[in-house]
Amino acid sequence: MTRQMTGAKMVVQALKDQGVDVVFGYPGGAVLPIYDEVFQQNDIRHVLVRHEQGAVHAAEGYARSTGKPGVALVTSGPGATNAVTGLTDALMDSIPIIVLSGQVPTFMIGNDAFQEADTVGITRPCTKHNWLVSDTKNLSDTIHQAFHVATSGRPGPVLVDLPKDVQFASADYVPPQKAKTDHYQPQVKGDMDEIVELVEALEVAERPIFYTGGGVINSGPAASQLLRELVEASGVPITSTLMGLGAYPANGKHWLGMLGMHGLYEANMAMHGCDLMINIGARFDDRITGRLDAFSPNSKKAHIDIDPSSINKVIKTDIPIIGDIGHVLEDVLKVWKSRGRKVNREALQKWWAQIEEWRKVDCLSFKQSGKTIKPQHALQRLEELTKNHDRYICTEVGQHQMWAAQYLGFNDPNRWMTSGGLGTMGYGFPASIGVQMAHPDSLVINVAGEASWLMNMQEMGTAVQYRLPVKQFILNNERLGMVRQWQELLHGERYSSSWSEALPDFVKLAEAFGAKGILCDDAANLDDAIMEMLDYDGPVIFDCLVEKHENCFPMIPSGEPHNKMLLGEASTKDAIKEGGAVLV
Amino acid sequence: MSALQIKKGSSKHSAYNLRPNFSDVTETHTLAVMVDNEPGVLARVIGLFSGRGYNIDSLTVAEVDHTGHTSRITIVTTGTPQVIEQIKAQLGRIVPVHEVHDLTVEGRAVERELALIKVEGEGEKRVEALRLADIFRANVVDSTLGSFVFEITGTPDKIEAFAELMRPLGLLEIARTGVAALSRGT
Repeated sequence: MTRQMTGAKMVVQALKDQGVDVVFGYPGGAVLPIYDEVFQQNDIRHVLVRHEQGAVHAAEGYARSTGKPGVALVTSGPGATNAVTGLTDALMDSIPIIVLSGQVPTFMIGNDAFQEADTVGITRPCTKHNWLVSDTKNLSDTIHQAFHVATSGRPGPVLVDLPKDVQFASADYVPPQKAKTDHYQPQVKGDMDEIVELVEALEVAERPIFYTGGGVINSGPAASQLLRELVEASGVPITSTLMGLGAYPANGKHWLGMLGMHGLYEANMAMHGCDLMINIGARFDDRITGRLDAFSPNSKKAHIDIDPSSINKVIKTDIPIIGDIGHVLEDVLKVWKSRGRKVNREALQKWWAQIEEWRKVDCLSFKQSGKTIKPQHALQRLEELTKNHDRYICTEVGQHQMWAAQYLGFNDPNRWMTSGGLGTMGYGFPASIGVQMAHPDSLVINVAGEASWLMNMQEMGTAVQYRLPVKQFILNNERLGMVRQWQELLHGERYSSSWSEALPDFVKLAEAFGAKGILCDDAANLDDAIMEMLDYDGPVIFDCLVEKHENCFPMIPSGEPHNKMLLGEASTKDAIKEGGAVLV
Repeated sequence: MSALQIKKGSSKHSAYNLRPNFSDVTETHTLAVMVDNEPGVLARVIGLFSGRGYNIDSLTVAEVDHTGHTSRITIVTTGTPQVIEQIKAQLGRIVPVHEVHDLTVEGRAVERELALIKVEGEGEKRVEALRLADIFRANVVDSTLGSFVFEITGTPDKIEAFAELMRPLGLLEIARTGVAALSRGT
């Protein structure tokens, strides 16, 4: 049975049929017919953001915290161009989102019409795929395809551009079951020969390590469960990228902490010294590898990834396995168990003894003394006071993000929303709104720096309007901390434009929006202030004035391998050589 | 080509089991890419090459199945074995791409290009141009008293050689189609 309806109605119907319950958006001329349909129904909630970038990041936050695709609705021209940063962010971090953009009517396309932009052209390199719907009869099918593409294989952002006349015209609605999705079906099962080879390598390895990434989270909760089972049963140490935190619990016995540029000493040393590296859903990003020719020089490398292009992109892989992490881990466990659950116990024991030696370096230690709050201390207290809550953490980008990754513990997947690949300042606040929409009764905290936070501060309006009790935990050092740190290490301490002058009074700012503001500038009051934030039922801006010149350690300087970490201020002199200075 | 080691027992059409070494030697490969002929598909392919810094030596595209609306894109590209593998994997990731064939790896392929070459000249040079065209089996498709347009088909090398010979004889303009290629046998 087919049903005739207008394109605008089709959009809403297709979203309902795809199980969408919330859309983040901002209206404009080219999407008015869709907004009219949104107005006339109650199944889908629309959240009015204050800037389209916020809509896309909110959709990302929703997607990262639920595993379901997030949806944003924007108008043509500036609406669509404002969505570009969020789309690129989602592409870099493989987050499934669907952006629906209005477009000028088909007969005006190409005429430089008011609020016209070549949206599919502009977003082609920053989406997994995009579509311009030029006929209403293809509209519902295209939206279903968009959901299929966004969520299958390696997830990613998609965009559907909808000319206004296509929204007004009528055609038959195609339900999801009848949509054409057959040709895009990425491989999910791994090659059995390779899986057996991986198990054989695992059985004899003397210094094995699991190096996991966002792919485990994207694969779904079952993948995290299987990973935990494999790690516990084999006794192999595990580290993770920024994107993969929570797949294996931070309170787990085999957890080494995050690796990479600001990763833990023991994690990076273990990566450098291992003889078998099992990469599960990570992509050998440059923040992870450091200097390529000195990256884990003596290890055999296995790489499990759903995207064939990740294999051998930067690091030569000895055992490549293409498939969905959940499917592959299931097979790995099956094969490993059927072969007698063997590992090289004796060698593993020695390996752990070595790791314990590295642990003694205690690379995250810091000294909190006096009134001035160290940022690390602020996060340690936040962790202590919130770890037993049903908690979701977002971050902005910079020093605070790295400290959050180091000092907060994540024991479940989908609890940690951060902009990893693109490093988008301004991501965290709107993302926290998306997370809170998906989890209305949970504690959602955005750990922020004052500079990042200001980039999308207009979303305070959204938080207040929808009564979203998001906690904005701002580590305020009145500096662009990470930029300042690099200028100190690389540019002769010439702090070019890296301080935040003319900052607002964050308490008054909160009050101006009708939210609560809390200022804390004394370590002695910190716990009480955090408790006050947690107890308040509504959005809070927490202005935590911290030590202004604190640097983030450990740090692998650009152009150096994993075993050349800087551990503290004393080790920074001339740490970055000329060749490293050109790297970011 | 020798740098690409295909794992024993793996399908020659699968890129999954290729284990390239990270050699610095660049190779030229001819790729056949089957795509849905939908708006923007060529831009996606070209954008991939420009965005990731890969080379395009030549590119041809045309719809080859009018009922299924599929096009065949033939790309000649140059890079290290690792880069060639990346190009294939990245092409394979594009949603409207159905298949990526590396004709250079799958066995020797038939490769042909067509060129139109305009040569201006009189007297002895004109006669010589015509004589050389005959040797290269180039056809005259337009003629005036002072010029010829030759049509020549062959491998890029052959066209290159013919164009070089025409240069001193009064080569004016050249238009090339780029390579079309098919694997030999079935």
